[in-house]
Amino acid sequence: MLSQEHITGHAATAIDEGGMLTMLVPALTILAVVLCGLFAAMRVKNKAPAFVTVALLAASFVAVLMTYLNLGVEKTWIAHGFDWINFSWSGSENRKLTTHALIANFSFYLDGLTILWMLFVTGLGTLIALYASEYMSHDVGAGYCRFFAAFSLFVFSMACLVMADNFLLLYLGWEGVGLCSYLLIGYFYKKPSAVAAAKKAFIVNRIGDLFLALGIMLIYTHFGSLEYTTVFAQTETYIEALKEGNLEVIPATVQLIPLLLMGGAFGKSAQLPLYVWLPDAMEGPTPVSALIHAATMVTAGVFLVARTYPLFLLSEHALPAVAWIGALTAFFSATIGMAQFDIKRIMAYSTVSQLGYMFCGLGVLTSVGGAFHVFTHAFFKAMLFLACGAVMHGFAGQLDLRKLSGVGFMRGWKVTTVAMLVGCLNLAGFPIITSGYWSKDMILGEAFANPHTQAIGWILLLTAGLTAYYTFRVFFRVFVGPVQYEMGDEHHGAHEDAHGHGEATHAPAHATHATPHAPGWAINTVLAVLAISAFAIIPFTYSHGGWVHTMIEGSTARYEGAAAYLGHGEHAHGTFLGFEAHGALMVVSGIVGAIGIVIAWWLHYAGRTTAATSRADALLPKLGPIPRWAQHKWYVDEFYDFLIVRPLWVLSNIFHFIDQYIVDGIVDLFGAAPSLTGKAVRPSQSGELHSYAAWMAGGMAVLILIVILVAT
Amino acid sequence: MSDLLTLAQSGYPAPIAGVTLAHYLFVSAAMFVLGLIGFLTRRNLIIMFLCTELMFQAAGIALVAFGRYHLNFHGQTFVIFILTVAAAEAAMALALVVLLFRRKESLNAEAWQDLKG
Repeated sequence: MLSQEHITGHAATAIDEGGMLTMLVPALTILAVVLCGLFAAMRVKNKAPAFVTVALLAASFVAVLMTYLNLGVEKTWIAHGFDWINFSWSGSENRKLTTHALIANFSFYLDGLTILWMLFVTGLGTLIALYASEYMSHDVGAGYCRFFAAFSLFVFSMACLVMADNFLLLYLGWEGVGLCSYLLIGYFYKKPSAVAAAKKAFIVNRIGDLFLALGIMLIYTHFGSLEYTTVFAQTETYIEALKEGNLEVIPATVQLIPLLLMGGAFGKSAQLPLYVWLPDAMEGPTPVSALIHAATMVTAGVFLVARTYPLFLLSEHALPAVAWIGALTAFFSATIGMAQFDIKRIMAYSTVSQLGYMFCGLGVLTSVGGAFHVFTHAFFKAMLFLACGAVMHGFAGQLDLRKLSGVGFMRGWKVTTVAMLVGCLNLAGFPIITSGYWSKDMILGEAFANPHTQAIGWILLLTAGLTAYYTFRVFFRVFVGPVQYEMGDEHHGAHEDAHGHGEATHAPAHATHATPHAPGWAINTVLAVLAISAFAIIPFTYSHGGWVHTMIEGSTARYEGAAAYLGHGEHAHGTFLGFEAHGALMVVSGIVGAIGIVIAWWLHYAGRTTAATSRADALLPKLGPIPRWAQHKWYVDEFYDFLIVRPLWVLSNIFHFIDQYIVDGIVDLFGAAPSLTGKAVRPSQSGELHSYAAWMAGGMAVLILIVILVAT
Repeated sequence: MSDLLTLAQSGYPAPIAGVTLAHYLFVSAAMFVLGLIGFLTRRNLIIMFLCTELMFQAAGIALVAFGRYHLNFHGQTFVIFILTVAAAEAAMALALVVLLFRRKESLNAEAWQDLKG
């Protein structure tokens, strides 16, 4: 069925002006930033910043929803905010007068893709801000304002990124989310590891951003415009040529653009080889991990590929590269995730892995599947992070799954446990009842349905099994089993007096860390809403993407039935071991997921009596050094350290030496010259009047002697 | 002009017999050297000051001699200026010597050796 649609394709979408309501989103979020700044200036010591942020983000969500309900997604709407950059100049090329223009307006490009992304960005933003109002309560005061200001600024930047109608505004948003990510990872700036993680995230992202910037420059030089409408109008003609099998008409420059954009996408979305920053980014507060490093910002790379999908279709190598790197990342990070003990890190590697899935979806030509997985993943991964965050919050920063057990059987942890279970089922792809199953299945099915991507399909299928295992490893270790726990050592900042928990059992400040405290209403509400919505989105989405499909088919991410790498527009049918791919995968992926869950159950739940040990411990030595290597993340960080960081460090030391001793030395020499001269001639100032007179007389005598000798 | 010069240098108005420019310059040089030696060897500030005066006047003699030699009044005019300046300078220098004496209770120039670089 899908293949049929691939061949028919879709006509270019009509473009119209409208959707000014969406201008409220940047306005409201910036207002939230300003208000949080004012609260900080007024030294507000309550939760006002949180509730202002929640209210304004909710209003943004309503604005997006209203726009969607009013305008629909059949047409693409351009909401013109204001003229931002508008240069024009003329020059001559080949003796012909040409006029150039650089136009980038603060305008929004509203198609299904934009609306889909904005719905979950603002929706989840609202929920997670509500969650954070409780989670960050230890820091009420300046830190609280700083957190919510950066949080709102993030949503603002994300809105610019997603809704931009030109590449420059997209780039602005792209850098903006990077900045907010940096600010929020380094939120606990007194902790060296958090600062290091923030810097790492920022620097690794710079590498990707360089590629994005180059890609955008190349787009401008080739297409002469940065506006989507102009660029995509030109790609239409190339796509028409592709449909007729004329691969040659596409210039090499155009084929290079998607590869550069891909570099940018892989930096932001933490794919090989630039994924290393995301696991470290878990140093940030958990709501940040949930919103930025799981649900929204890291999907910006996927968004970029989806947004510029017409460009990717034009290159022979771009989409296969996207798919392969996505698949390898998915598998690689899943193996690391299996061996970690820090539950937040496990979720981080899982995010990297699932982002790999999304890229695969785009790479194997099911942009609907990719977007669909982004959408479902945003919900269940945010939920998983928030549930882990609730545990971390309640157990004073304890994240080690060997030190926590049976949390679900303790008082007040029911909602968290149920949410965690729902999230785990979704991530593991439990059949039929989870949205994660449907989205993952769509990518898997399409990978097998294409004979060019069978190998990717197998990698993804294996990864699905690993995912189910490591997901339920967390669940079986931490949330069920014998009740046993060890508190973490996190003292919530220096604001002991401002400790915001109203529970009676927490009388002295330090005693609060001795006993776990169950999450309060804000965390529970958010978890419940997310758990319900993880189910509620199934009817919208099951069977080939459903609602998501309608969102994507009118957008730039639609698949046009011609991709350069298939060659001459052919789309042969692949199968899964001789069965029809989509149907077979529905069964097989379900079975693989279930096997993963059962293995996790057997290794980490059945017969387990303590938190620290499980049946898996007996098995591990038999695997030799592999588990240890996986636990050390395959030594990738060490490898990068050796290959890049060390040489750069040495180089910078050399430059530092040159600067300090040679460049500064020369400058200092000029400064030192008068002083040295002074030091040398100072003894002549003996203070004896007679010696001065003698010198003077002697000098005169010498002078006269010279005059006499010269004159005669 | 050259006639006049020859006349003057040969004795009009009649010079002291046998006394030439060289004699005046010799006296001037001798006075200057005496002053210089005095300045270099003595430690008493007042004596040293007087020695500078001696050198001053030696220069004055040379000027007058040259003026006479060239048959004009430039040298003598200069000497008038020098005498005026020397008088003013003598007043100031003696005042300074008095002040220096009050500080150190001594006229010895070596008492001021701490004014070194």
